[in-house]
Amino acid sequence: MKEGRPRSFYVLAIFFAAYVLFLYGPMIAIYVLSFQGPQGGLTFPMNGVSTFWIAKLFQGTGIVDLGAAFRRSLLLGVIVMIVTVVLSVAAGMAFRRKFKAQSILFYSAIASLIVPSIITSLGISLEFRIIDDLIKAHWNENFETSMGLLTSGLGAHLTWTLPFGLLIMFAIFNRFDPRLEEAARDLGATPWQTFRHVVLPIILPSVIGIGLFGFTLSWDELARSSQAIGAVNTLPLDLQGLTTTVTNPDIYALGTVISAVSFTVITLALGTIHMLNKRQAAKGSDAGQGLV
Amino acid sequence: MDMSEEVLQQASPGLIPGSGTARAAKPTRLSPSFISWLQAGPMMLVFLAFFLIPLVFVVIVSFWDYNEYQLLPALSGRGYTDTFEGCIAQLPDLCTIAKTYLKTLKLCFLVWAITLFIGFWVAYFLAFHVKSKTWQMGLSLLCTIPFWTSNVIRMIAWIPLLGRNGLVNSGLTKAGLINHPIEWLLFSEFSVVLALVHLFTFFMVVPIFNSMVRIDKSLIEAAYDAGATGFQTLVNVIIPLAKPGIVIGSIFVITIVMGDFITIGVMGGQQIAAAGKIIETRVNALQFPAAAANAVILLAITFLIITMMSRIVDIKKEL
Repeated sequence: MKEGRPRSFYVLAIFFAAYVLFLYGPMIAIYVLSFQGPQGGLTFPMNGVSTFWIAKLFQGTGIVDLGAAFRRSLLLGVIVMIVTVVLSVAAGMAFRRKFKAQSILFYSAIASLIVPSIITSLGISLEFRIIDDLIKAHWNENFETSMGLLTSGLGAHLTWTLPFGLLIMFAIFNRFDPRLEEAARDLGATPWQTFRHVVLPIILPSVIGIGLFGFTLSWDELARSSQAIGAVNTLPLDLQGLTTTVTNPDIYALGTVISAVSFTVITLALGTIHMLNKRQAAKGSDAGQGLV
Repeated sequence: MDMSEEVLQQASPGLIPGSGTARAAKPTRLSPSFISWLQAGPMMLVFLAFFLIPLVFVVIVSFWDYNEYQLLPALSGRGYTDTFEGCIAQLPDLCTIAKTYLKTLKLCFLVWAITLFIGFWVAYFLAFHVKSKTWQMGLSLLCTIPFWTSNVIRMIAWIPLLGRNGLVNSGLTKAGLINHPIEWLLFSEFSVVLALVHLFTFFMVVPIFNSMVRIDKSLIEAAYDAGATGFQTLVNVIIPLAKPGIVIGSIFVITIVMGDFITIGVMGGQQIAAAGKIIETRVNALQFPAAAANAVILLAITFLIITMMSRIVDIKKEL
């Protein structure tokens, strides 16, 4: 094409920069505001600079028991991450072959992604209510509820993370060279050995990506948790509860802490992916290494 | 059925026919179809238990009766009649429920139009103007990271900017442009639309970018050589080829906004009624059949919109 940049480049570059500013500007504002002094309010200008509000969170003197919510969200996020990785990789492998009901699974995943979250959440809560009623009627009158963080809550989060995991697996196998597996088979590898020593190392960077999606989507999930989580709250739910009563920078401090966890996980995951890709580039080929 | 197979064939070319060739080796091996079930079964079970069966329950419960304390498993249309109470008597005036759905559709349309505009040009810039792969990846990542952080935080982030004493108001006051703070900046339809655009433009950028990077650059050069202006190339070459991404992005944004109750609640100061909000209110009042009835209506509208959109393009082929 032409040399030099057309005028549209500069117009769109400015548009893009404005979009990025729009995306990040408000978030940066609350990160800054969470470092207000003890007299600080909800808006600029800053009233002193301190870590008072963040320290207050960790003392547990705030409005809700954030420590417990923090641990619950973390636990749920880690479990969702592990389950999402395992089930997505397994199902992704299955989709490379024809099997009955594969279009049912595919459509379920897509539908789960686009049916409004409130409906999924309501459905899960109704399902568990009906289960509870059955248990009360037939087995144990004093039964409280089967809803909880790791039953209905876990299920609700998985309906959100698994479709992403499956779609990423499709993308991975889209550019996977099956000749590598054939070579392993020809050398006498069992299917499990082929997977463990050939397929997995190659797809590992993207699998880390699935884990990243799994954890952060669960960590920040709100709409599906709202009806389905049971009696306890996750961190985003507590945060949402605070928005109606907010009067001081508590809420910004909490926002900053939650974001810090998200960003740490993203950075760790991206760092690992980068490292794995580099390793693959360095060790993946033995061309030019001689016969030893 | 056969269409999905076609897609999967595309997703893993050569694998489906080739998978049977090396199988004869050991008789003790599990049959391939059993392995498939083992691999895909767990995910299918999760969707069955936490998505498909719950959806069935939503439909069933929407036809149940209820009182102030509990669900009554008896066939009743009360969930629906309560929802549309007085709608016919009030004609030609619109009843509350109809107004609420119209308002939801209006919000939806506004957010869709704005996210489409922003998303298209952001994707266009990334796909056609950023030449280096590293920069392309870096800048896409820059747009993606906020999607991975809490929505509530991104909502409340507008308070210090739009509030009564926020940056915008104090800036305008100091500049002498206004005497009193503008009240409609926060907790209004304006702030709801702004927050939704802020949260969900990502869902437009990614699919549109994906379709655009797949466009063969030589087609654009051909259009250019044939004397097309930039605008003609855009309308006749790029937009038709990016259509699948546009439709997929639109489906995401529309379904999210149709069901949203959190953003509309927080940014509307709990004052704006919307389809998702009705469901939440009904649940909080323990009127589950009425909540379920509204969920069924919302589902039907969402389904209708998706069907209309997928008429435009075969979504499955593009994934």
